[in-house]
Amino acid sequence: MAVTRMTYAEAAVLAVANAMRDDPRVVVMGEDVGRGGIFQQYKGLQARFGAERVIDTPISEATIVGAGVGMALVGMRPVVEMRVVDFALCGMDEIVNQAAKNRYMFGGQGRVPLVMRMPIGLWANSAAQHSQSLEAWFAHLPGVVVMCPATPQDNYSMLTQALRGEDPVIYMENKELWGLQGEVDDTRVHEPGRAQVLRQGDDLSIVSWSAAVHTATQAAEALAAQGVNASVIDLGTLWPWDRDTVLRDAARTRRLLVVHDAVQPGGFGAEVAATAVQATGCRIARLGAPRIPVGYASRLEAVARISPAAVIEAALSLMADAPAAAAV
Amino acid sequence: MIDLYRTMARIRAFELAAEVASQGGVGVLGAKVDERAKVRGPLHLSIGQEAVAAGVCAHLRREDLLTSTHRGHGHTLAKGGNVRRMMAELFGRADGSNGGKGGSMHIADFSVGMLGANGVVTAGLPIACGAAHALKLQGKPNVVACFFGDGAINRGPFLEALNWAAVYRLPVLFVCEDNRYSATTSTAGLTAGPGVAARANALGVPSETVDGNDVEAVSAMAERLVAKVRGGEGPQLLHALTWRVRGHVSVDTQAYRDPQDLQGALDADPLKRARARALASGVSAAQLDAIDAEVQAEIDDAVAFADASPPPDVAAAYTDIQTTGAGAWL
Ligand SMILES: Cc1ncc(C[n+]2csc(CCOP(=O)(O)OP(=O)(O)O)c2C)c(N)n1
Repeated sequence: MAVTRMTYAEAAVLAVANAMRDDPRVVVMGEDVGRGGIFQQYKGLQARFGAERVIDTPISEATIVGAGVGMALVGMRPVVEMRVVDFALCGMDEIVNQAAKNRYMFGGQGRVPLVMRMPIGLWANSAAQHSQSLEAWFAHLPGVVVMCPATPQDNYSMLTQALRGEDPVIYMENKELWGLQGEVDDTRVHEPGRAQVLRQGDDLSIVSWSAAVHTATQAAEALAAQGVNASVIDLGTLWPWDRDTVLRDAARTRRLLVVHDAVQPGGFGAEVAATAVQATGCRIARLGAPRIPVGYASRLEAVARISPAAVIEAALSLMADAPAAAAV
Repeated sequence: MIDLYRTMARIRAFELAAEVASQGGVGVLGAKVDERAKVRGPLHLSIGQEAVAAGVCAHLRREDLLTSTHRGHGHTLAKGGNVRRMMAELFGRADGSNGGKGGSMHIADFSVGMLGANGVVTAGLPIACGAAHALKLQGKPNVVACFFGDGAINRGPFLEALNWAAVYRLPVLFVCEDNRYSATTSTAGLTAGPGVAARANALGVPSETVDGNDVEAVSAMAERLVAKVRGGEGPQLLHALTWRVRGHVSVDTQAYRDPQDLQGALDADPLKRARARALASGVSAAQLDAIDAEVQAEIDDAVAFADASPPPDVAAAYTDIQTTGAGAWL
């Protein structure tokens, strides 16, 4: 075991490198991966494993995913890179109709152990087509695992798990977290469907994932200074998601707030909230982005950003047992 | 020739039986589905196009791979797919090749390298590339045959897949079954430039065009092109001009179609031509009749098998979805 301090991007490189070292079936395909990927999330891999296993591809998203499916059907374990989730939409058919349903539709004849990396989240001043958080679309899709790592350790552990499973994995790193530093224990493997309780409090439960976990944690710290103690739970995997941990905590605190960067309506927060209120009768609130495309200008972009202040406000109104301020 | 004839006759008999079993089976615009229909889903028949499947697949080994379109019965049969299980799949039964989960449009038999028919136009091309890329990385001597229609060349993945196969010199034989129609529209008016062969050539994939209703011509060309692909010369494209005799999908009345054009298609029947050719080359009518009877018996048996097979267990609705997280919360 080695515990090393590294960035979120470096943790991903380490996970892929270890998998490629241990398993010759693992290959990487995508645009610019040979040069390390646009976020350096493949840094050094081509030099180490060769251009046959770290495959630079044309700008052909649909074929990158589809070929990943074909490779997987024939015994490989491909990792495909979409750069950002927004470009994954060019391969949406390959993801939704081909990868996710293959096993079922063909009566169990095929397996598609394919890891599809498609970063989510805001990307400063990159406007509406480079800043989406579409995780709910994929959580809505039977046949796939959906992972949203929030820390370097998670990025290492979840990617390692993704590369070992038998299912297609929608693997969503966050564009704002690439440079985040943290300790990584390279023996730790993520258990899919296991949430992490990052803080435990008695007053309310805050459930989140990806970059919003950090926002929620900041807010919880500020709330604690005001005498309000919140649990912070990082779901990590959106499918399968850890109902038990969430429901246990919500049943205890009787208040649940779900926080995510994605657009609030139709977001995965709705799923968590509805499940919690049905199972525990707790009070619930959701906090996500308004239903607007992300603007280019900083002040427009800021409207789509969930701030710790917004989390605090939502938490306090939940504590006051008063309806939250005007809905968006 | 005899073998080619048998393959074509088997495909024809299979599809005619499937067509009969589908009578009343596909409801359109609220039409009531006849409860007695055995084949309920959309059925895309390749009647009239059998020579392409037979001529190409004659040169594939069992370990070679195949991707197909929504019109995949002929390809699957020609590759050696299990006739009983295929029919059971069309009937939506538990013994179907896909356990009753796919139906006609998703017919697949991985045991013979048939990686699946596809409900999405052009989707098979990238998958064929990936399969071929994997074969290359795995150091295997096999090839992939990739069937698609003339309509498929107007989706982006066509261009991406041919470029990809050429760049990585992959062992793929692209086979364009040009039946001149995309669903209810003549493809010619929707395709700019000279079409598939020129597009392939432009991407560095050598292409040749053949009379797709002449099974010997298709077979001879496929033999040459498969040998090139297998020999490491990179992807090749076989462009087969053929005719779709039936409608696009089961209930299609072909109202959009020029009756003369349909007559031309019927006159060009590849089975009739193959039979005439066989007779001319000295095969007796009795021999051909015996083949017809033999394949008909095989199909009758498949229909009986399909009919006797039970529907899938309700529990199967929850199986083969995924490993991680399956049943975590239904
Ligand atoms: C991406 C996509 N668009 C539209 C359709 C609907 N559709 C099914 S088959 C077909 C025509 C395909 O024509 P072609 O590729 O020439 O094959 P053919 O049906 O003639 O065998 C269309 C438009 C589809 N299945 N997928």
